[in-house]
Amino acid sequence: MARITASVYTSHVPAIGAAIDLGKTTEAYWKPVFQGYDFSKQWMKDNAPDVIFLVYNDHATAFSLEMIPTFAIGTAAEFQPADEGYGPRPVPKVIGHPELASHIAQSVIQDDFDLTIVNKMDVDHGLTVPLSLMCGQPQAWPCPVIPFAVNVVQYPVPSGRRCFELGKAIGRAIASFDTPLNVQIWGTGGMSHQLQGPRAGLINKEFDNMFLDRLIADPAGLAQVPHIDYVREAGSEGIELVMWLIARGAMADIAGGGKPHVAHRFYHVPASNTAVGHLILENPA
Amino acid sequence: MSLDKPYLDVPGTTIFDAEQSRKGYHLNQFCMSLMKADNRTRFKADERAYLDEWPMTEAQKQAVLARDLNRCIALGGNIYFLAKIGATDGKSFQQMAGSMTGMTEDEYRAMMLAGGRSAQGNRVVGEDGDAQAHRQPQGRAGQQKGAV
Repeated sequence: MARITASVYTSHVPAIGAAIDLGKTTEAYWKPVFQGYDFSKQWMKDNAPDVIFLVYNDHATAFSLEMIPTFAIGTAAEFQPADEGYGPRPVPKVIGHPELASHIAQSVIQDDFDLTIVNKMDVDHGLTVPLSLMCGQPQAWPCPVIPFAVNVVQYPVPSGRRCFELGKAIGRAIASFDTPLNVQIWGTGGMSHQLQGPRAGLINKEFDNMFLDRLIADPAGLAQVPHIDYVREAGSEGIELVMWLIARGAMADIAGGGKPHVAHRFYHVPASNTAVGHLILENPA
Repeated sequence: MSLDKPYLDVPGTTIFDAEQSRKGYHLNQFCMSLMKADNRTRFKADERAYLDEWPMTEAQKQAVLARDLNRCIALGGNIYFLAKIGATDGKSFQQMAGSMTGMTEDEYRAMMLAGGRSAQGNRVVGEDGDAQAHRQPQGRAGQQKGAV
């Protein structure tokens, strides 16, 4: 049977991708950001997964206002890095896992979550920046990736509670896949940031660290936090953090298993307009 | 019964909800068209003519021509769409975000390096934080305004 071995949480700031692509990672501004991922790159080599289920959001790239799916699962064999207006990032194409993705789609929809199934989609920095942070600059990504896009652009975005429940359903779906696979689930976006209006540049270290503490120790309680609290405390774009609750909901302890081990925790301000947060949680063996 | 919109009293912030999205549909779809290199070239060659191909309001077109992102947002624009204009102009996301505060690029960057804007006084309209309406524009531009 397939098994979720760990969850990874990270911001997906586009400027981080640009810093990697332009060779700026050792500059004084960026060095402290990338040092926070030195451990993670080694950890990825030591704990190489067979598949990554990657929760992210599309930033008006694959989805314009023509169609706005709340939850979209990528079931294609491959996904191209998108041109977001600056030309596509020079990163490998993303190889999917159509068998597992289709299995998850069927299971989760039968579990009452109405996913949109996407067989053709380009992936933007929301998906490729986390891969770059965790894997560096390889010729090919180390394993297949299932993109899972969440609408956090047009309000209302799904609630934290619904994201957490969805994570549980994804966990059940993966556990019922017959092939023995080591699966990681990643939740990306955040942490506090606001990109619009006179309030642009908002950062809230206290909120972010409270979020990290509770994501580890009290995820069910954290899932009850309403949208408006994210907007007021973490900025209008800080609401991306609800996506972390999908990954957390898929961890073993939520289904009655043992508590996760905190393999790594990192927090840094700023990267461009944003607070960078990062966690690695391992399920007990 | 009307919809519950608890986010209308957050200072300096417009939540892109269904109503804003409806108002801004053509503005945002125009922005989306700039994802294609050919369209970027045509837009740069004659901005007004390119905008006139879209059923946008005159106010929306003027806001785009002026690169007034706050005005674009008030008229239904969403920052992730508007960012395509910035990309066409060769601007970074930080330059775009900073332009909405009235601060210079250096002032905004310095604020971020110092830990960003505090939530203190900026949670609810009527407090005294730097994102409140009575404290715009921010930075030197605001100080100069005060001195006049």
